[in-house]
Amino acid sequence: MNTFDYVRPATVSEAVAAAAAPGAAYLAAGTNLLDLMKGGVVSPRRLVDISHLPGLDRIEELSDGSVRIGALVRNSDLAHDENFVRRFPAVAEALLSGASAQLRNAATVGGNLLQRTRCAYFYDAASACNKRTPGAGCDARGGENRLHAVLGWSESCIATHPSDFCVPLVALDAVVEIEGRAGRRELPLETLHRLPDHAPERESVLEPGELIVAVRLPAEAAAFAQHARYLKIRERTSYAFAVVSAAAALRIADGRIVQARLALGGVAPKPWRAREAEALLAGAAADATSFRRAAEAALAPAKPSGDNAFKIELARRIVVRALALAAAGTPDRVPALPASPFAPPFAPESGAVIHA
Amino acid sequence: MSISTTLTVNGVTRTIALDDPRVTLLDLLRERLDLTGTKKGCDRGQCGACTVLVQGRRINACLALAVSLDGADILTIEGVARGDRLHPVQEAFLAHDGLQCGFCTPGQIMSAIGLIEEAQAGDEPERVRESMSGNLCRCGAYQGITEAVLDAQKTMVAADRKEVA
Repeated sequence: MNTFDYVRPATVSEAVAAAAAPGAAYLAAGTNLLDLMKGGVVSPRRLVDISHLPGLDRIEELSDGSVRIGALVRNSDLAHDENFVRRFPAVAEALLSGASAQLRNAATVGGNLLQRTRCAYFYDAASACNKRTPGAGCDARGGENRLHAVLGWSESCIATHPSDFCVPLVALDAVVEIEGRAGRRELPLETLHRLPDHAPERESVLEPGELIVAVRLPAEAAAFAQHARYLKIRERTSYAFAVVSAAAALRIADGRIVQARLALGGVAPKPWRAREAEALLAGAAADATSFRRAAEAALAPAKPSGDNAFKIELARRIVVRALALAAAGTPDRVPALPASPFAPPFAPESGAVIHA
Repeated sequence: MSISTTLTVNGVTRTIALDDPRVTLLDLLRERLDLTGTKKGCDRGQCGACTVLVQGRRINACLALAVSLDGADILTIEGVARGDRLHPVQEAFLAHDGLQCGFCTPGQIMSAIGLIEEAQAGDEPERVRESMSGNLCRCGAYQGITEAVLDAQKTMVAADRKEVA
């Protein structure tokens, strides 16, 4: 790990000023940043410790029914907040399907949004990586890339965004509140992360020094609470990043879908909203035929970036299964194995029918 | 640069001068305070051997900067027994053979104490296994560990009830 200056600002504006300096990085829990620093993947010259800033660790219901989650709220505290879980169960399920209990106790909401990819070539300082060293090349192309992106990737970078939390958030129109030197601004989470194109080192639209201070879910997002699930395929059942995941949220009346929300994780450089699929689902019957048609639309732009063509069909099947689980109804409690396809009860129809 | 951090470790408050902000809580415990019960396995947040309680919550000590935890209350494996009387989780790990080589055991026990405090798993083995997935055991003592956690939880809940009554 490189040496760095450690500063602990007392206010958000002090933090923003301190972090505007070149080579500065924010430190919250550090569960991702310290890991990257130990591996020599990133070498910030200054750490601006925001973990002691007051007022950023609250979960508040606002007068318009939206909920505002402070950037320093710990992942586990949000996932176990009873009122939040009742209104946004898919977000809680996604949170509980990520990392380990220890990491969830430390990791913050803001940090989760800005966590870096888990691409092994990004993590290996001896490999070429355009994200780590712009212009260096990409050893993931032609390397071990079965888990890499099938949507939104570019010739310069095929890494995926690893967050589970972001997937239902982006499906539910979450808004990010940002503080910067020019004051406060907010933007849809869907536009926070950038696609790599020719500049994979620029992962978000945040300007130097800008700080995420909160994430907001609109009141309308709670209308999906009866039919909202997160489903995540992993290479082991717990404590693993997604190979493919999906957040599905439906409003259903008389067997027909009134409104649908769908987003995918593990398949793209950012949490991937599937709006074409949502449009197909609106007004359709809540059945396997509709779900399969939505899945085809969601993955229509997909193409392999290496040995990962299997992820495209896998993603279609996860979309179908997530929609079927959502249609069957949100369980009273997050399952013992959150977001797992192995969690009973299994999909309401047999695999053969679901995957037809 | 001269910096310091004030921590309460196993009930004792001390201010520790640090000549370098890079010191993790794990290295501080092991190298500066000689509390070597907390183990350094992967040092990257993957194995759980360094699990300790900070403000009553289990975290990976390897992924936390000591300077950033200024003011925090820390509980390590050295602080859980009462004199010669083992903590109920320690007793349960012995009773259920929840270990073989023992390297991961301090982390397992601290994680289990945190899990029981969180009160999310209930008496379901599947929830206990899921909630302990951040603690790897390369000897594969998982069966005994799960039984120990469930048993210790039962003992501790019963003891709490007795105290309340």
